[in-house]
Amino acid sequence: MPIDKFRILESTYVPLPAENVDTDQIIPARFLKATDREGFGENLFRDWRYAADGTPNNDFVLNKSEYSGKILVGGKNFGSGSSREHAAWAIHDYGFKVVVSSFFADIFKNNALNNGVLPVTVSSEFLIKIFQAVEKDGKQKLVIDLQNQSIRLNGHVEIFEINSYKKNCLLNGFDDIDYLLNKKDKIEAFEA
Amino acid sequence: MEPKTLFDKVWDAHVVEEIEGGPSVLYIDKHLIHEVTSPQAFTGLEQRGLKVFRPEKTIATPDHNIPTENQHLTIKDELSRKQVETLTANCKKNNISLYGLLHPYNGIVHVVGPELGHTQPGMTVVCGDSHTSTHGAFGAVAFGIGTSEVEMVLATQCVLQPKPKKMRITIDGDLQKGVTAKDLTLYVISQLGTGGATGYFVEYAGSAVRSLSMEGRMTVCNMSIEMGARGGMIAPDEVTFEYVKGREFAPKGKDWDTALAKWEELKSDEAAVFDREYNFKASDIEPMLTYGTNPGMGTGITGNIPNAENVVATELPSFKKSLEYMGFGLGDKLIGKKVDYVFVGSCTNGRIEDLRMLASVVKGRKKADSVTAWIVPGSKQVEKQAQQEGLIEILEEAGFKLRQPGCSACLAMNDDKIPAGKYSVSTSNRNFEGRQGPGARTLLASPLTAAAAAVTGVITDPRDLF
Repeated sequence: MPIDKFRILESTYVPLPAENVDTDQIIPARFLKATDREGFGENLFRDWRYAADGTPNNDFVLNKSEYSGKILVGGKNFGSGSSREHAAWAIHDYGFKVVVSSFFADIFKNNALNNGVLPVTVSSEFLIKIFQAVEKDGKQKLVIDLQNQSIRLNGHVEIFEINSYKKNCLLNGFDDIDYLLNKKDKIEAFEA
Repeated sequence: MEPKTLFDKVWDAHVVEEIEGGPSVLYIDKHLIHEVTSPQAFTGLEQRGLKVFRPEKTIATPDHNIPTENQHLTIKDELSRKQVETLTANCKKNNISLYGLLHPYNGIVHVVGPELGHTQPGMTVVCGDSHTSTHGAFGAVAFGIGTSEVEMVLATQCVLQPKPKKMRITIDGDLQKGVTAKDLTLYVISQLGTGGATGYFVEYAGSAVRSLSMEGRMTVCNMSIEMGARGGMIAPDEVTFEYVKGREFAPKGKDWDTALAKWEELKSDEAAVFDREYNFKASDIEPMLTYGTNPGMGTGITGNIPNAENVVATELPSFKKSLEYMGFGLGDKLIGKKVDYVFVGSCTNGRIEDLRMLASVVKGRKKADSVTAWIVPGSKQVEKQAQQEGLIEILEEAGFKLRQPGCSACLAMNDDKIPAGKYSVSTSNRNFEGRQGPGARTLLASPLTAAAAAVTGVITDPRDLF
């Protein structure tokens, strides 16, 4: 499906400093039984967000009123484990446009990009600064500029990597299937 | 010609086009689908007004959410039933071969592909499941994809993928008695860590890897994703060819000879360069067990959980949180800890050899009364073979029952859920929080170690039972 265009995003952010956040935490398997893509945000981080009886866990960051925004900041090795795209759908459906971490699992990164969610990899030092800043002030903002591949926290700026093909897709809202469909002749020639 | 790795040879032979500054358009030889990650892809296809481009290259089997008892009855869970019915309808509509429930070829997608000869050396294989790396055991480039990519393959038989870097992991020497392929892979993951191979495609080499059966090799490649690798592969050899030969969808007659000649070329050139290399000694490996909430948190079974001073300081908070979830303490000894559940099955260890290992330990013994054991064959074919070999009788005499095939308690999408707080020794691949059910505590192990726990009710070194 065509994805949202992404240019510049300035937003407050939600800190989740845990390392190795796996896709089973992002969306537990028992919530994968849908046959459409909508509504997964409800169960994003389900078992951290709610107690077994369904009452919200007040210690979990999504339930804390001081934090909000369109950017999720996670610890090292974010999105490891299962290939379930439902993890990216849940993050997107909840309202996040960007996930920041010092390290992403490969499949999650692809899935996020295919859904218009931008994974931004920063240095571990920068990640610490981001966590420290929001601890002081929940209304702290990050500015992400895709064209310039930059992420800014107050006066600190880092440049992040993204391949030029995917960057172009996100800037223009293109998706991979449209690209591949235009290559049908080449694919058929390859098969021959 | 520039020397190439095994991975380069297979990958490069499937590149339709390289996009400058971007991914490659990679042609896919075999696409496997199941009920959980495919429905949205078919919907997407329909919304675009497209048909499946090469339906004969896709194989379907429901496995993730299906019950492992009473498969002849209608699936009770409404959502699971709808997913299975949707898969059936999508396959019918698009002329895709489907091995539905009770079909003699039904089973876990990564067990079914190889045992029917769909998986062959030199192929590219994808599936909307991260354990697709299993098929790399045949010298295939096999990796898990998301649902958008499933849609890409259905629409064009291609995916867009950046080429990963190359890593070689060499394990030389002989594995000790009682040490299995599962222990080998858990050992490697404990050394590299859960993200240690992210960005890489791994080739496993060395005499310890060569000495493994195809089942063992599949177990090793299956777990590649647990250290973050895009996939894992092993150069095909006589063991591989012997396994593939004669299987239903393997090449026959003249086609076999042609294929074999090509497959024999599939190995890394001696001068090929890897971006990263690791070397391990098989003799250092003992039966392994995980104690934490990611597969990298593992140790030899006679060992203890690390003390605080043996954990990297910045990782200590996550480490402690993980032990708290498990109900374990820093420095705890593992042997003798109580076990409530034992699960033998999954795409990691649900093959005939795994059931043979289980049977070899439980034969002449009895299941501990305090243990609930779920023994789940990886496929109908495995179930049938277990019957023919008399394994089912051995298991039943010892107080075990074979369930019906499926992914079962590996990810607990069906009713096979470990209750909160209970300890499960599991031959599956992930010990994440809640993976086997909300609050469940998973210890990953080999079928031998799982069997030892099942008959003693506590963590036991399987070598003590030989």
